[in-house]
Order: sequence, then structure tokens, then C-alpha cells
Amino acid sequence: MTVSTAMSQSQDRQASFGGVQARATNAAMNVPRIAISNLDFFYGANQALKKIRLDLPDRQVTGMIGPSGCGKSTLLRVLNRMYDLYPGQRAVGEVMMDGENIIDPSIDLNALRARIGMVFQKPTPFPMMIYDNIAFGVKLHERLSKSEMDERVEWSLTRGALWEEVKDRLHTSAMGLSGGQQQRLCIARTIAVRPEVILFDEPTSALDPISTLKIEELIDELKHDFTIAIVTHNMQQAARCADQVAFFYLGEMVEVAPAGQMFTAPRERRTQEYITGRFG
Amino acid sequence: MSGVPEHLVKSYDQGLKKLRGMMTQMGGIVETQVALAADAIMQRDAASATRAVEEDPKVDALEREIETFVIRLLALRQPVAGDLRQIVAALKITGDLERIGDYAANVAKRSIVLSQFSLPYSLAGLAHMARLVQGQLKSIIDALGDNDADKAVEVWRSDQVVDDIYNALFRELITYMMEDPRNITPCTHLLFIAKNLERIGDHATNVAENLYYAVKGESLPDARPKGDTSAYAVIRPRE
Repeated sequence: MTVSTAMSQSQDRQASFGGVQARATNAAMNVPRIAISNLDFFYGANQALKKIRLDLPDRQVTGMIGPSGCGKSTLLRVLNRMYDLYPGQRAVGEVMMDGENIIDPSIDLNALRARIGMVFQKPTPFPMMIYDNIAFGVKLHERLSKSEMDERVEWSLTRGALWEEVKDRLHTSAMGLSGGQQQRLCIARTIAVRPEVILFDEPTSALDPISTLKIEELIDELKHDFTIAIVTHNMQQAARCADQVAFFYLGEMVEVAPAGQMFTAPRERRTQEYITGRFG
Repeated sequence: MSGVPEHLVKSYDQGLKKLRGMMTQMGGIVETQVALAADAIMQRDAASATRAVEEDPKVDALEREIETFVIRLLALRQPVAGDLRQIVAALKITGDLERIGDYAANVAKRSIVLSQFSLPYSLAGLAHMARLVQGQLKSIIDALGDNDADKAVEVWRSDQVVDDIYNALFRELITYMMEDPRNITPCTHLLFIAKNLERIGDHATNVAENLYYAVKGESLPDARPKGDTSAYAVIRPRE
């Protein structure tokens, strides 16, 4: 090899390294919406989460999987401070959002829960009209005129992929909707207060397969505007919905990886055994 | 997969075991075919040649059976991670084994034609090549049975030697043809035989790559030891 070819090759290599670095810098600039570090959680004396470190990237879906009791639902409960309702439960560590530690006791919980919405396993519509189901939460946070509220209700139901199905019966009871429709109503109700983050705790485990796919399609749609975390027992669902997947076991976050890697070549043995159905 | 716990669903394990069994069976038949074909050339043994050819439909049938079974496993189990890699690799490896079987049958057929000619030169080079390729094939089929990624890497590396011998044979045979036009027919057959053996080595290398990926979850580097340079050999006619 001549000196000049050796030099030009080494320049090529530098250029490609430069390219990689440039991308890495861009990625570093993409600050996570929520950055969890060193998070411990206790139910009384029982430690349910141990030194959790996990970033929820902005406007991406983070799937959380793991066997029952592994701590994934507990983590969601920490993220919107639900545990505050129960004495004896406490969290220690950092859950940073816009430079604030959201588990700090001085945080305004109402404001926090407007920023971080949650959708539960069982659809929980209020026993009132469809319209009021949406308007109820909005009224807690904002004063809107009638026309502004109408607009907000339509926007939320449209984003919740339910508008076409209910626009002619907004003033009938939400209890008359099917399970899948009720769940989309709950999602619409959550996005009506325009949160930044939406937490889904097993959102489709009570639904039929078609309703499940509609919710998954909706999550795909919503991630353009919201940062999403979804806890699911259905691994195929995590594979389908999530950009990154975190595997929890016995209160620890064992592995986090892009979904494509997680389900083809996970790094950790425990992850591999769990997702392939070999857990003892 | 030694050391890996069993699935909670036992029938899934049984399915994977069955798949591995069919692969081993197919590997065994193909190995026999290549051995018979090698005997057919070296010993001028027409019976071996016939047997090598007769094994081919069995290999083809097994390939179809494995394909159907893999599609079933994919549809019914939705495999992920290590299981997914094993199952997809099985499908690809089966394709390579089937091609190896075809090449062996082709070598055997040519050996029958070849036996009608008297050869004024030694077949030592070809015999050496055949032994190496058989060794490669045996190693990779053993590695397949044990899910042995390290052994797969060994096979993957060893293909270079076969390629070198092939290149040497190519030149040698062309020389014989130039010396005497009566050599052209047998030497052409020998050339195809050598090429078929060389291709068997290449497919063994493919098997090694797929096995490595299945076990490790990452690919071997792109730069495969690849050394058939006969495509670039230029024979200039004398002025």
C-alpha cells in the first residue's frame, strides 16, 4: 500500500467517524422527556423498585415488560405520583422532567397529573354523557367558553379515533359504548387536558383483538405528539407498539433496547429466557 | 441448545427438537451423498455414483418438509429472540444443504461419464480437495447438531484452502487441455467436478454464517474468505 492510499483511507475513516459523531451529538441533544435515575420505591418495608435508570425519549413509545410483580406497573404509578394516595408508600431517587424532580413533595400534583395522563386496564368512563366525560377533566384545569369546549371535545375525540362513531350521540351516556369505544373515550379524556406524557397500564387486556388493534393504531398515531409509556403483558404488543422496550424483573430494570433488537437478539440471558417463554 | 432452560409450553420444545432432528437427518444424508460422489470419482465406482444420485429426492423431500414445518412454527408460536433466530436459520440452512446435495449428485453423474475415459494424469489434487470439502461438511454438520458457534467460525475460515486448491486445479486442467485436445472432454468434466466441490465448500460456509448468527445473535463480518479467482484467469492464445 502506498503512503498516499494509506492516507486517503485513514481520511475516509475519519470522515465516517465524523459522521457517526455528528449523529451521536444530535441524539444527545434529543433530551429525554423523562429521565429516571437511581429510583427506589417502597411499599412499606417492601422494596418494589431498585435503582431504576430509564429514559423516556421524547415522542417515542417505551414499552415495559416483565412477569407479574416485577415493578413495571409500580413505575407507572410513580411517574404520576399515584402512590401519594396511599400512606406508607414512598419513592426515593430522581424522576426528572424539565429540570424538576417530579417525586419531590413540593410538586403541585394536579398540575403534574395534567402533564402526565394515565389510561388504565379497565375502561373507566364516568357515568355521564360522552361529552361531559371529556369536558369534566378540562374544566378542572381550564376555563373555556362553550364553543371552545365544543372544539376541545371534538379535537379530543378525533385524536382518540372515536369522533366518527359518537359525533351524533355526544349527549347520550358513555356507559352505552362498547368496551373498545369506552377505552378510546378514556384515551380521549386523557388527551383532552393536553398532557405531555401518556402512561398506558395494560390498556388492551380487557379488549377483543380488533379493539386492541385500534388502540395500538391509536398509540402509533399519538406518539407524534406525546411521549408514551406502555405496560403490557402481551409481548407481541410491546414488539408492535414500542420504539424501545424495557424488561423488568424482581424490581430491577434488566435491559432496555430498541424493540427490533430486544425481540431478535437481547443481550441479557434473563431477557432472552423471559421473552422466549422459558421462565421458571 | 445446551444450558438453556425448557419452554413453559412443552410442545414448543418438542417442535424445536423435531426441527433439529430433521436438520440432522438431512445433514446426514447430504454428507453421505458427498462421500459417495467422492468415491465414485476416485474409485471409478459406478454403484456409488448411482446411490449418490438416488439419495437426492430424499433430500428434496426433507427440504420441503422442513419448510412447511418452519412456516407452521412461525405461525403458531410467534417465536422471538434465540428461538426466532434458530428457526429462521434452519430455513436458510436447509436451502444450503439442498444445494450441496444437488452438487454431490452432479459430481456423481459426471463421474459415470468420466469413467469411460482413460486419464493420463493423477487425480491427487482433486482427491485432496474432496477430502477437505468432506471434512468441512462433517464439521459444520456436527456444529449444527451441537449449536457450536466456535466450530462454525473454524469452518468459515477453512474455506480459503479449498478455494486455493480449486484455483490450482483450474490452471492444471487448462494446461492438459492445451497439451492435447483429446483431454478436453474429460478435463471439462473434471473442471465442473472441481467447481461443484468448491461450491459445496461455499455452501458449508453459508451454513456456518447462519449457524453463527442463530447462536450469537450477531453476524460474522462481511469479508468472507472467498478465493475462487479463476474468473479472472486469462489464457492468452499463442501469437
